[in-house]
Amino acid sequence: MESKDYLKDISEIKDMMNRSSRFISLSGLSGILAGVYALIGAFIAYRLVHNSPRGYLILDGEIFNLILLDLFLIAFLSVVTAIILSIRKARKNGEKIWDTSSRRLLINFLIPLVTGAIYILIKLQSNHYGLTGSLMLIFYGLALVNASKYTLGYIRYLGITEIILGLICALLPGYGFWLWVIGFGFLHIIYGALMHFKYDSK
Amino acid sequence: MKNIILNINKAFDHRIRLGIMSVLMVNEYADFKMLKELLGATDGNLASHIKSLEKEAYIMVEKQFVERKPNTKYKATKEGRIAFQKHIDALEKLIKKQ
Repeated sequence: MESKDYLKDISEIKDMMNRSSRFISLSGLSGILAGVYALIGAFIAYRLVHNSPRGYLILDGEIFNLILLDLFLIAFLSVVTAIILSIRKARKNGEKIWDTSSRRLLINFLIPLVTGAIYILIKLQSNHYGLTGSLMLIFYGLALVNASKYTLGYIRYLGITEIILGLICALLPGYGFWLWVIGFGFLHIIYGALMHFKYDSK
Repeated sequence: MKNIILNINKAFDHRIRLGIMSVLMVNEYADFKMLKELLGATDGNLASHIKSLEKEAYIMVEKQFVERKPNTKYKATKEGRIAFQKHIDALEKLIKKQ
């Protein structure tokens, strides 16, 4: 009879430690959708560049602005989807959407990400755009690894994979577009599905 | 067996006190509101359990003012951490024995 209580105590301790330090309501489904948005956005960008009179991308001009808009829409839709689905999941888990754990997750995610974004923008100003794809992947990966301490486990591996892709991209800048498609499209779908089946269905 | 049972700490023999210590083991500090939300306890109930852990010197209370509003932070003391770790170890050993 007593042994049951001990087991219950241990599981209660573990649950409290996780709940108080990690935001567990991150939705796997939102990862899958973010990947889908990235693939659609990449397809649009590909068509835009290939149907342009030059057939390749230059930094000033209408096509470039359209691609920036495309990128912005992908990011915007992904963030909105993640927020909506996580709120839904948090409600189901009985977890608050805006508490210490989600705040900590967001801050630690944003520090490397915003640093990277500003760095890329500075580099674009001085026409150093060749490594943009690589830098996006690397800083996004670092942001994920940094945030992973405060949420579910798979985020860490997603982050490490993004960093590796970013480094490969630095070696092979010509394949930047395709590595970006793998990193932001397929990886999100794969890891999102893993998280969805492991955590969402419960 | 007897030795292990001795390490089971009566101070942690309640769901709320167990919860408070678990939260403070992995967080540098927690405030009253955070503990209340996590543990789903009433104000009076939580306050009395906090007081008893404080009396054992397992947690310490830091009162300060944030924008003129009182804000109380709770931290685990060094003794509290050691005692709670012993308690966890004892629980795990007892489970393995079965």
